Amino acid sequence: MAKSQTVVFKNQPVIIGSYSIVGPKEGAGNFGEYFDYVMKSDSFGEKTYEKAERKMIQHAIVGAIEKAKIKPTDVELLLAGDLLNQIISSSYAARDFSFPYLGLFGACSTMAESLAIGASLIDGGQFDHVVCSTASHFSTAERQFRFPLELGNQRPPTSQWTITGAGACVLALKGKGPKITMATFGRVVDYGINDVNDMGAAMAPAAMDTLMAHFRDSKTTPDDYDLIVTGDLGKLGSEILIDLMEDQGIKLGLNYNDCGQMYYTRNQATLCGGSGCGCSATVLNSFIMKKLLDGSYKKVLFAPTGALLSTTATQQGETIPGVCHAIVIEGVKQEKKK
Amino acid sequence: MDEKKRNEAYNNYVKAKIPKTKPWPSLFNSFWVGGLICVLGQGINDLIMLWFPNMAEQTAWTYTLVVLIFLASFLTGLGVYDRIGKFAGGGSIVPITGFSNSITSPALEFKNEGIIYGMCVKMFTIAGPVIVVGIISSIIVGLIYLFI
Amino acid sequence: MYYLWVFLIGGLICAFGELLIIKTNITSARILVLFVLIGVVLEAFGIFDPISDFARAGINTPIIGFGASLAKGAIGAVKARGLIGAFTGGFEATAAGIAAAVGFAFLFGLLFKARTKK
Repeated sequence: MAKSQTVVFKNQPVIIGSYSIVGPKEGAGNFGEYFDYVMKSDSFGEKTYEKAERKMIQHAIVGAIEKAKIKPTDVELLLAGDLLNQIISSSYAARDFSFPYLGLFGACSTMAESLAIGASLIDGGQFDHVVCSTASHFSTAERQFRFPLELGNQRPPTSQWTITGAGACVLALKGKGPKITMATFGRVVDYGINDVNDMGAAMAPAAMDTLMAHFRDSKTTPDDYDLIVTGDLGKLGSEILIDLMEDQGIKLGLNYNDCGQMYYTRNQATLCGGSGCGCSATVLNSFIMKKLLDGSYKKVLFAPTGALLSTTATQQGETIPGVCHAIVIEGVKQEKKK
Repeated sequence: MDEKKRNEAYNNYVKAKIPKTKPWPSLFNSFWVGGLICVLGQGINDLIMLWFPNMAEQTAWTYTLVVLIFLASFLTGLGVYDRIGKFAGGGSIVPITGFSNSITSPALEFKNEGIIYGMCVKMFTIAGPVIVVGIISSIIVGLIYLFI
Repeated sequence: MYYLWVFLIGGLICAFGELLIIKTNITSARILVLFVLIGVVLEAFGIFDPISDFARAGINTPIIGFGASLAKGAIGAVKARGLIGAFTGGFEATAAGIAAAVGFAFLFGLLFKARTKK
């Protein structure tokens, strides 16, 4: 029997505040009405898109702290990461805050990674308030991983659209809000996909691996959750995940969906859907949080995946490894008035 | 389970799963856009010949290329060429205008990193191989002709 | 009306490039390299000129024409000046194109800014 990858939290850390900020294209997408802030332009008043990405993270962190109704001085630790080399967006964003910072890299799974680590630290009793944040920006990801913006090329049908957006939330030992009850840390999984335009296929096996570990360790089934949501597998990737899970004898039903697949409307021509750190982060910190708070969802399994590649690795002929971390968030129980 | 076999099976499965898009619409678009760019080239060439009847044919064609390169570079700067490219694909990559776009677009993209290390260094990130391969093959062809 | 031939041949060459993109997912840099090589080979075997007489801008506007000029320059220079021509000819024949591409890229790079795609 494999060793358990799942942590069950005794103290159940609470998400006391969450904030999401997105670009104009994302604001026009399916989740538009749920976001806290929609930027008027992708540059967010900054000279470069990298600086805009950094400013988005700062904006999201400040917003989450405000919504949590705590003071910045109450924050003991910031856990953040992004897609850029040496995670500069997060580190430079942290430069302007007074609290300590741990930089994380889990590619597009960073939101779950930061929440899982943050919840563990709080559950262990070392911290009272931890802020988790991540962001991605279409224009910075495009130039780092793909081509110049103005190059006249076509996107292959399997490609996805990096989301411009940032999400942040405040985890606390005590307070009101949805609780993190479990976390499953994922292994790095590589099924030998080397097409950089087909991230969904590269990451789906990692999602399968972590979800299987989660169901095995927690002795739950997909039916125990109101929503099982992956991050940015996209249309193709989430179909692959459903097939992979079925091969393992587990059927993902209508309660399964993928943030990237849901993100944009059909007219926005994003092919297989959204991707990037900001994809799962902005959906979690807007739509999912609101549904947890109003009681529509009681138990959500949040399992974003990340593709752990760099252009150097793929140019040297490497395949694309993926990782997936999962957390279980339980909503505020609606107590009936007596 | 054997990892190699598993990966091979998975890759085959994914290949079959990828949605098959009909090639005809994009082939048609690249056909007529590419054709029109060539017609534009011919038109410019004929105009130059009309205005400067004494010009050598080769020189007139060189002027034509410069005009096409200018137009593509300008449209890239305006942010129009990438939209043409999204629509036409090969239709706007294969003509000399695509070559111009592939040099101007990184110049625009990387100017934030400075004129020297950004713009000048990165200008050839896409077109570099074209010039390298072109020059090397021309040297080889030249050497072959030297010995025959 | 030779414009029709220019359109048809130019269009077909571009559609062939698009077919390669669809079938093999190759990037635009590889497409450009491939077509330059096609041009060099066509010129080296002396096939380019007969096609060019007929297709005019239809084959000269695609980057095949750039490859052909490279080869043509090298061959001409070798015949006129011997060995050194193999090294000077290619660049000489394409100097205007490369200089224009670099010059305008520099100019418009200074004037404009890359925009996020819609």
